[in-house]
Amino acid sequence: MKTVLDMKKISIAFPGVQALNGVDFRAETGRVHALIGANGAGKSTLMKILSGAYGHYEGNLLLNGEQVEIRQPADAKKHGIQMVYQEVDTALIPNLSVGENIMMDQLVNGADKQWIEWKRLWSEAEALLKKLNIPLSPKKPVSDLTLAEKQMVLIARAISNDCRFLILDEPTAPLSQTETDELFRVVRDLKQQHVSIIFISHRLPELFAICDDITVMRNGELVGKKQIAETTQNDVIEMMLGRKMDEQFPARKHQKGDVLLRVSGLTARDVHGVDLTVHAGEVVGLTGLVGAGKSEINKALFGEDQHTSGTVEINGQPVSFRSPHDAVKKGLVLVPEERRREGVFVSESVLANLTVTTLGALAKRSFISFRKEKETAAAMIERLDVRTPSAQTKVRYLSGGNQQKIAIGKWLLAEADVYLFDEPTKGVDVGAKREIFDLIAELAARGKGVLYTSSEMPEIFGMTDRMYVVYDGRIAAEKETAHTTEEEVMYYSTGGN
Amino acid sequence: MSQKKPFQLFDFFYKYGTILTIIVLIAVFTALNPAFISSDNLLNILRSISIVTIIAVGVTVSLAVNGFDLSVGSSASLASAIVISMFVWFSQNLAVALLAAFLGAIVIGLLNSIMIVKLKIPDMLATLAMMFIIQGVALTYTKGATISENMVMADGSYAEGTISPLFAKFGQLPWIIVIMLAVVLIAQGFLSLTKHGRFMYMIGGNQEAARLSGIPVNRYKVAAYLLSALLAALGGIVLASRVMTAEINAGGPYLMDAVAAAFIGLSVLGAGKPNALGTFVGAVLIGILQNGLVMMSVPYYAMDIVKGSVLAFALALTYYKQTHS
Repeated sequence: MKTVLDMKKISIAFPGVQALNGVDFRAETGRVHALIGANGAGKSTLMKILSGAYGHYEGNLLLNGEQVEIRQPADAKKHGIQMVYQEVDTALIPNLSVGENIMMDQLVNGADKQWIEWKRLWSEAEALLKKLNIPLSPKKPVSDLTLAEKQMVLIARAISNDCRFLILDEPTAPLSQTETDELFRVVRDLKQQHVSIIFISHRLPELFAICDDITVMRNGELVGKKQIAETTQNDVIEMMLGRKMDEQFPARKHQKGDVLLRVSGLTARDVHGVDLTVHAGEVVGLTGLVGAGKSEINKALFGEDQHTSGTVEINGQPVSFRSPHDAVKKGLVLVPEERRREGVFVSESVLANLTVTTLGALAKRSFISFRKEKETAAAMIERLDVRTPSAQTKVRYLSGGNQQKIAIGKWLLAEADVYLFDEPTKGVDVGAKREIFDLIAELAARGKGVLYTSSEMPEIFGMTDRMYVVYDGRIAAEKETAHTTEEEVMYYSTGGN
Repeated sequence: MSQKKPFQLFDFFYKYGTILTIIVLIAVFTALNPAFISSDNLLNILRSISIVTIIAVGVTVSLAVNGFDLSVGSSASLASAIVISMFVWFSQNLAVALLAAFLGAIVIGLLNSIMIVKLKIPDMLATLAMMFIIQGVALTYTKGATISENMVMADGSYAEGTISPLFAKFGQLPWIIVIMLAVVLIAQGFLSLTKHGRFMYMIGGNQEAARLSGIPVNRYKVAAYLLSALLAALGGIVLASRVMTAEINAGGPYLMDAVAAAFIGLSVLGAGKPNALGTFVGAVLIGILQNGLVMMSVPYYAMDIVKGSVLAFALALTYYKQTHS
């Protein structure tokens, strides 16, 4: 039996922001529904309302035309609406087993029973895992699982209840290609079992691969609703941006100066004898699948790994880095992958974030010149076009794209020679992506060397002059970008040689 | 928009609550006993909080790097034992006595740093262990006795050394207050005006991002624990000078007051960060409460109830602010 869920004229305000403004949304069971929009468009907010996380909205929710009241998570669950949040670790108890985590709702709601029926718990958890075709033992502790497996545990927990609508918030963001395929298989299975899946994502190709319907949001409003079969990726991007898409990548003049960075035999944890060079003015790609060891190479180059061997030369000078502090002094900097955890100081101001790398130059005998600091930060905010109410605003309140601009901006101020970018567009919306590409292109044009790490093939092809393909901590191939194809790179990425 | 008003009211109390409380307390205590506002009594209050403040500023520095130094109380005890014993047992001069006490502090700071930076023991646990160790070292060193001039030694003779008269000045007015204010102002300047202070706050905010920004995180953490141990030792020295003896575990009771002052200080003027001026204001609040309540004949043994409640209230403000902003 088909169930139709309607959200009508949903509005919600938070202090200072009208987050949603009269949004309509519809999903039906047995279909996969995509919800897409730039960062800050309101898609997560809309889904949090549906899952009962925000109770103070205006508008109506209808199930099969009948009005229902969802003001708290328990209401949503009662109506068969379940949500798997992006931060899977916040919803799991790591020191308990897979089975206990899956059956948590039953454990908690069956609180009138004083004894846990372990036998039943294990067998029910096992049955759920089997239903999803997930080869996991219910007795394994959750702390031993990979991120993808944790996600599966949460999906299993969601369907352990009566689940008709399953909301997945950017589920593929942290997953590798194989893990994503596995997730899609589960999604298709659930669809067969008459569950409606609502899929929040930034990644268009994925949405087009798995979804039936698509709803596009922008600035807290609904801007479009299409069947996937009747639209194209470019249409969707235009709806998201509210304008024609510019060329996705900046035009770059290919130039190649002296060797800035020469690495040979770099070995560290999960890095095995990596050789690579970066010339002045060059953007060199480092690509490969998630988990291939790209981040590890970056971290080893940046002095993060204590057990690094091999030789590294910058500008022909042999250097050895024992800490990022050493690397920065020698003119090599890293924009790390985990922006919020590693790239910015969320509880500090935009100003303090931007000047952290150059404080020495802004200080006289260690005393900071606040006037100079302010001027420097203001100039950088202008240059990066950081959308912030003021330089004193805490970085926490900025969008992902603007945070990333700050993570890059602090190194622009530091004037290094070699820039390592590790997945610089992760979690950044389409508009801000282009600005980040421009910044990187500008660095290369000014004669800096850039090592651009990404597992997004279009970015590697759009941005780089030359690329290294990483597989299992080794360089599997080196290719001129102009003389290779995505197929060839994929071949090396998956272990071909 | 009806929500907006209570929010602003809360912000106001968050920023100015501590200072308002101090003003209200002064008014109430003065109304109850006009002698409270006399300059003698005010100086008395400042003198009574100076040792706590010096130690609390050390705690503040450790909090700035998101650490927590619980060993400050026993570090102060050890410093007071070393400095007095140098005079009394070994007849040393002032410079040697002070140097020995500060050397002890440097050793403590380094040991704390090794445990925290190298062995990666969580700060609070590492310094808790260190607190026990130093307490034991101080007790062993003094053989469980109070050190004072003319004390009876183990062999039955009398200790011959005397305490330097200059040393005695440290614990007296006005010097004790001057030392405290100097410590507060220098620490405040260090934390808020220099790049080193900024780096410490950055480390406190996000250690991983700080390291990847090229800040030598470990060096700054070591520096923070050295500073906190040195300030604790200074507190112990001033304490020794004030009472001219080294009593068993003399610094111990200062730990909780210092921690309370540092945490109350977090919210002062909306700083939201450990800062020396706020810590000073926190210590003033505690000092006024203590002094006023004594005047009102509240028994000393009930004092901790009041201090604990004030700390709980200040923490409630800080953490409520963190989750609701």
